Amino acid sequence: MTPLLDYHALAPELILTVGLCLVLVVDLFVAEDRKVLVTNLAGLTVLASLVPVLTLAVDGADRAMFGGAYAVDNFALLLKGLFLVTGYVTLLMSVNYLDEGDYYEGEFSFLLLSSLLGMTVMASARDILSIFVALELLSIPAYLLAGWRKRDLRSNEASLKYYLLGVLASGVMLYGMSLIFGVVGSTNLYEIGEVLNSSFGRLPLVTVGIFLVIVGFAFKVSAVPFHSWAPDTYQGAPTPVTAFLSVASKAAGFVALMQLVFIGFLGRDDVWGPLFWALAALTMTVGNLIALRQTNIVRMLAYSSIAQAGYILVPFAVAGDSREALATAQSASITYLAIYAAMNLGAFAMVIAIARRTGSGELSSYGGLFKYSPALAVIMSAFMFSLAGIPPLGGWFAKFMIFRAVIEAGTASAVVLGVIAAVNSVIALFYYANVAREMWFSPSPEGVDDRSRVRVPAALSAAVVITLVLTLGVGVYPNAIARLGDMAVLVR
Amino acid sequence: MNGFESWALTLAVFLPLLGAALILLIPKESETAVKTVAFLTAGITSLVGLWILTAFDFKSSGRLQLDVNVPWIDVINSRYHIALDGISLPLLLLSMVITLLCVIYSWDHFPEPHNPKAFLALLLVLATGMNGTFVAQDLILFFVFFELVLLPMYFMIGVWGGPNRQYAAIKFFLFTLFGSALMILGFLALYFLGDNTFDIPELIANGSTIARGTQILIFGGLFMGFAIKVPMFPFHTWLPDAHTEAPTVGSVVLAAVMLKLGTYGFVRIALPILPEGAAAWAPWIGGLAVIGIIYGALGCLAQRDLKRLIAFSSVAHMGFVMLGIATLTDYGINAAVFGMVSHGLITGMLFFLAGSIQERFGTREIARLGGLLVQAPRLGWILGFCAMASLGLPGLAGFWGEFPAILSAYNPAGGLPVGLFRGFMVVASIGTVLAAGYLLWMYQRTAFGTPKEEFEAKHIHDVHGPEWVAWAPLLVGIVAFGVFPGLLFNITDGAVQGIAKSLDGSAETADARSGATPVREEKLPLAEEAAH
Repeated sequence: MTPLLDYHALAPELILTVGLCLVLVVDLFVAEDRKVLVTNLAGLTVLASLVPVLTLAVDGADRAMFGGAYAVDNFALLLKGLFLVTGYVTLLMSVNYLDEGDYYEGEFSFLLLSSLLGMTVMASARDILSIFVALELLSIPAYLLAGWRKRDLRSNEASLKYYLLGVLASGVMLYGMSLIFGVVGSTNLYEIGEVLNSSFGRLPLVTVGIFLVIVGFAFKVSAVPFHSWAPDTYQGAPTPVTAFLSVASKAAGFVALMQLVFIGFLGRDDVWGPLFWALAALTMTVGNLIALRQTNIVRMLAYSSIAQAGYILVPFAVAGDSREALATAQSASITYLAIYAAMNLGAFAMVIAIARRTGSGELSSYGGLFKYSPALAVIMSAFMFSLAGIPPLGGWFAKFMIFRAVIEAGTASAVVLGVIAAVNSVIALFYYANVAREMWFSPSPEGVDDRSRVRVPAALSAAVVITLVLTLGVGVYPNAIARLGDMAVLVR
Repeated sequence: MNGFESWALTLAVFLPLLGAALILLIPKESETAVKTVAFLTAGITSLVGLWILTAFDFKSSGRLQLDVNVPWIDVINSRYHIALDGISLPLLLLSMVITLLCVIYSWDHFPEPHNPKAFLALLLVLATGMNGTFVAQDLILFFVFFELVLLPMYFMIGVWGGPNRQYAAIKFFLFTLFGSALMILGFLALYFLGDNTFDIPELIANGSTIARGTQILIFGGLFMGFAIKVPMFPFHTWLPDAHTEAPTVGSVVLAAVMLKLGTYGFVRIALPILPEGAAAWAPWIGGLAVIGIIYGALGCLAQRDLKRLIAFSSVAHMGFVMLGIATLTDYGINAAVFGMVSHGLITGMLFFLAGSIQERFGTREIARLGGLLVQAPRLGWILGFCAMASLGLPGLAGFWGEFPAILSAYNPAGGLPVGLFRGFMVVASIGTVLAAGYLLWMYQRTAFGTPKEEFEAKHIHDVHGPEWVAWAPLLVGIVAFGVFPGLLFNITDGAVQGIAKSLDGSAETADARSGATPVREEKLPLAEEAAH
């Protein structure tokens, strides 16, 4: 008999909650020039909450609480780990950025931890209500974080756009959820799954409900045509926040989608299959084509992350209804998310590092970087080509898993989507290679040699090293990540 | 199996990578240290290659030897499986030797913007990719190595290349990536249809169970990947640009080894795993191959740039190789593998020469050159020698790649349209005449006559030390393989027989289904003669 409250299972969330309260209180008593302490405290909190995630993983037992609404299983643990590591790397990236930009630090850490708390809850949520609560908990702090450079108009725009479209998406999603609840009479995903498999599941009302819920999450993961907020928000937000949004927040959206689709809506692949097919094809293609024309590195990465979301959607589109294909598809999505997190965070960390050197986020300012800062150029190239999926960098395995899911499904529509993905990976190479081209082949802009050597601060270096090691390690020995992805499959 | 035997191939593949990592640790200023490390790495790798040569059992060259097979990515059932047979061995050695010679040649020939540290590190990474591709016996491992060569070559062309280098670099990259994206889809289809394995020998054993229609489709995917790399007409357009813009060493590696990755892929993977697919595609491959031969030759006649001319001649030569492969006979494939090696030696050498000529005259424009034999007689003679080898003069290596390939088209595998292939044979023979034409004309314009006015007063120094060291092995190889083709045919034949056996009858079954009568004629005796 499991106790009513399993404190071990809830420990990551509890530690985060205590930590974020502490951060808020300590911030009041720390002098203005020593705010780094607060960020350090937040970092320690994240690391501390990783400990119970690990002990739970070693323990290995699946736990469920609150009538099955909250589950701690391999899936939940793996994604909690992913969110926490992402949060930690984001904090590493933010320390100097906030300090030097003279932005509020304590509140930043507080909001970031709150958002992280929402994400860890999301990974365990097996009930449409707890999914919704988690989603709001992770989104609302993110709306605020996007506007953190409050003296900058772009940042204001970023925050407002993100907020308005995010709330609209929540509304659409909630309406869809209410329709499903109306038919099923339960908010529990497993019960929804059972009912949708019966004749009730064929009701048009359910079809509309599923459609609306998925559209709502399509906003969250910035799938085309619901992506319009992403580029402006990504460009306007402070760069560490952009990294956090494009990785953690997007991953949270996918986590919710996986739980909904692979548990709740499992029987209705006739609704979500074609929908995801269209979303995936559009998202990859539109994201990549617009990314080709970008001249600002962050905006380019914004469109690139839209396109990457398209690849992650591909397995959803081809999963179909055979258990085996579903398992492969889900494992592919999880693996892709994990690898994408490492390489995209790394790319943003390098954007920050290079901006300290060149003083600009315009691609044209990257000229000649290889000549005066070869290390920065080489590492940035590694992340770019990893995003493009060139072996032996991690991205190749992510793409490989997607193609594997496509071919395993084997249907004509799946293979067509696979070919679309293949063509897209060639288009994507063009703009990723363009960054490398600028750094390696172009001459340095005027006066760059006079600029004194700017050191990359320790925290930022740590962020780069963590992500680089993961990206390279996964590329050379993908077995570890693939096994984790396999273990975390929800469908058995 | 003793310790070293199980490590030899791994060392051959990863030593260069280790060397590259070492080079990264050396500060940029100590150039001699960088060059020494690169030289030692390439040298030791070649010594490992020599050891492999002694350990290789030539009596059973059809068997995979020095086998290493350990788990790599369990989840997708992909293994670190490397081994080599009679087809891999010559290409692996070619790749090692070319790498070493490139390091030697670049000792004092660094193109702008100099930076030997980055250049040599990239060259060594490239070597790991090339060596690995030739020994990989697992499709995923093959794919990773196959792709590993892209990045270093991209940077080599883009950083050290000519005026139009940025365009050439990205074009090269995009073309190849497009092919390999479709190729990986084909690999995955093989995995699911071929009993959930990526292991090449296992797939060869299982592959023939795949339905013919599916084989044709999958072969299409693999064809795109390999044909772009070869490159076959009409996917060749990246090659002249890449060759023209690449620095000398880049061109040499590209021509001598990297183009072979594509043809090797056909021989190692596409043909034996998908015999019926190959039979269906063979007439198309043969057709594109002879178009390539003629198109490449005509392209050569129109070139004014020495390097671009050699690049187009590569298109033509790889056409001969592909024609040999398209016949699906042991005879044709033997010729193709010989063609790969001889093209590697000869064209690699020609690009070295083009690089040295450019360095001396500051131009590669054929019209501005002339009288090379007067100003630098040794350089001129070597150029003449290589031109002769390239046009397929009997007694030199080029002949054994070209002539048997043409001859093999006389008698393609049973079931293939004999009339069509004999037509190909005629066209290919015209190609050899054109080859003689453009090579001799090029030689006439650059080497004969008197020096042009602008270079008359200029002192052109003749071949010097590092060049001799770098070139001598290639020149010796061209003669040796020309006089004793059996040296190579004996090694490849065993492995080629194995491939031909898996192909055997596939064309006939395909043909029986379409209702035509297979025509079988007696085997041409030349392969046996050449082999002895």
